[in-house]
Amino acid sequence: MSYVRDVGALARKDLLLELRARDTLPAMLLFVAAVFVVFHFALPGTPSRLETTGLLWVAILFTALLGLGRAFVPEREQRTLDGLVLAPCDRSAIWLAKSLATLAFLVAAEVVALPLYALFFHSVAGATLLAVVLADLGICGVGTFLGAMAVATRARDLLLPLLFLPLAVPIVVGAVGASVVASPGRYLGFLGLYDLLFAVVCWASFEYVVAE
Amino acid sequence: MLVTTALAFVFFVAPDDANQGFSQRIFYFHVSIAITAYACFAGGAWNALLHLWRRDPGADLRSYVCVHQGLIFGTLVLLTGSIWAKISWGHWWLWSEDQLVLFLVLYLFYCAYFMLRFSVDAGPQRANLSAVYALFGVVLIPVSFAAIRLAKNLIHPVVFTLHGPNFGGWILVTYCIAQTALLVLAYTLYRLELGGKRLDVRLRRLREVLA
Amino acid sequence: MLTARRLGKRYGEKRVLRRIDLVLPRGGFLVVTGPNGAGKTTLLRICAGLAQPTEGTIEREATRAQVGYLGHEPLVYRELTALENLELYGRLYRLPERRERIGMLLERFGLWDVRHDRVASYSRGMTQRLALCRVLLHDPELLVLDEPYSALDEAGAELLDAQLAELRGEKTFLLTTHDPERVEPFASARLALAT
Repeated sequence: MSYVRDVGALARKDLLLELRARDTLPAMLLFVAAVFVVFHFALPGTPSRLETTGLLWVAILFTALLGLGRAFVPEREQRTLDGLVLAPCDRSAIWLAKSLATLAFLVAAEVVALPLYALFFHSVAGATLLAVVLADLGICGVGTFLGAMAVATRARDLLLPLLFLPLAVPIVVGAVGASVVASPGRYLGFLGLYDLLFAVVCWASFEYVVAE
Repeated sequence: MLVTTALAFVFFVAPDDANQGFSQRIFYFHVSIAITAYACFAGGAWNALLHLWRRDPGADLRSYVCVHQGLIFGTLVLLTGSIWAKISWGHWWLWSEDQLVLFLVLYLFYCAYFMLRFSVDAGPQRANLSAVYALFGVVLIPVSFAAIRLAKNLIHPVVFTLHGPNFGGWILVTYCIAQTALLVLAYTLYRLELGGKRLDVRLRRLREVLA
Repeated sequence: MLTARRLGKRYGEKRVLRRIDLVLPRGGFLVVTGPNGAGKTTLLRICAGLAQPTEGTIEREATRAQVGYLGHEPLVYRELTALENLELYGRLYRLPERRERIGMLLERFGLWDVRHDRVASYSRGMTQRLALCRVLLHDPELLVLDEPYSALDEAGAELLDAQLAELRGEKTFLLTTHDPERVEPFASARLALAT
């Protein structure tokens, strides 16, 4: 119970910080819109649904990456992560709260991006929406974890995409599969399994990322 | 060493292949190198676990050396796989070949491991971050494998099935010899590199004491 | 409270701390001095539990919740107000009477009137006062203070003097300073680090 309260307090703090600084969400929105425009010109003629579905997922992945890269910036600049690590709460609460905050930004960006995609290219099916939700969970959980790792290194922001993309391959497989096939059950199940598996790994090992 | 002579032995003794000619021969190496690379990655993850769990002081170095060996064998998997694909299907790269695609993903993953490791100063934090990432690797292997299977839209004959009847006695023997030889080779390399790294650390300590 | 044996720390090739032995009994007040680069901050981070030594051992008879650590950075969010910052830490430390304690500390350190202002608008002295509030918030048993007087104006420094005098003997202190004269009346032990 107190774990939930810790996560709540930390996530509230992250949302409040974004509300004040307003630097992540507008960047994500602008980015995803610009990516769609670039895609239009990168695919001459009228691209098929199959092609644009792939592009939609590339756009989502990279937009998420933009947000994930910012997630630990406020903690790093003020070294406030030290303060959180010293607090008696379970360290995994820091990861969970940060993931939830990033998830909120990503979902907010998608609320704009998906209608935009439907307007520019093709309509979005129900299974795709479900895949978006499941993929978002995985992207934010794993991505936030790796973001915390990346800020601890000298290379910082440079490292996050390198660490993250190989781990995101299964997400893309599941998400694209669920968006294009007639019976997406298997793919959605796979995404759910991925989320569950990596959530457990992240939850169990976050302690070692933030504390020596 | 003796192992390498065993390798050569394998190369000349296994002449009996049915329809694919010479290509069958590289296949022995391809599969056994892949298994060896997996063994290295698994060893890296096991030592990573030992580091995080028991705070075993030497585990970080062992884990790193294991992953390093794994990456070397991983490169060989990509190379032999590519050659095999060229011989069998006439293309240097085939997205329909599970093992190859999986190794490409793993290759990128473990290259990122090295980037991570080289951008943190040696110390407990580097050990922790490397260990956690190495553990992610063993989770990624089966997950990616399943993902690649799911992604494959072409049904492609799977040559290597344990229940498959296309596995003659000599081929099995040859494969087993190749496999053992490679595992022993990997282990020897591992001991060598580990010894070198340990010596390096000791020399540095000594120099510091003298200074 | 704290026992360290042959403590050492290296970052990569660089050795920042070497063979430190220290025993700090409960209620003690240890002042650590030394030139820049002698490893004062590293020693304090190890004592606070933020870093692990690469050599030697350290034993601490305080849980994480009983340690108060003041670093070079104030460890507060610049985009949040003083009140929001302390509320967050109050929640994380699960303080029973959070509001009263926060109000009392803000009052004592002269920040009550600016409690709804963002920390970004504070002067360095005010930020340091807030950092002290954060350290004292959960009434820690072991206080690890890295240069607590830095950035404080004279009035702030006197407030800190009064606070140290009040808690001296009751709590255990470990602090570094460039101005040992100032804390001399409180000190029970001294440790001079050399590069």
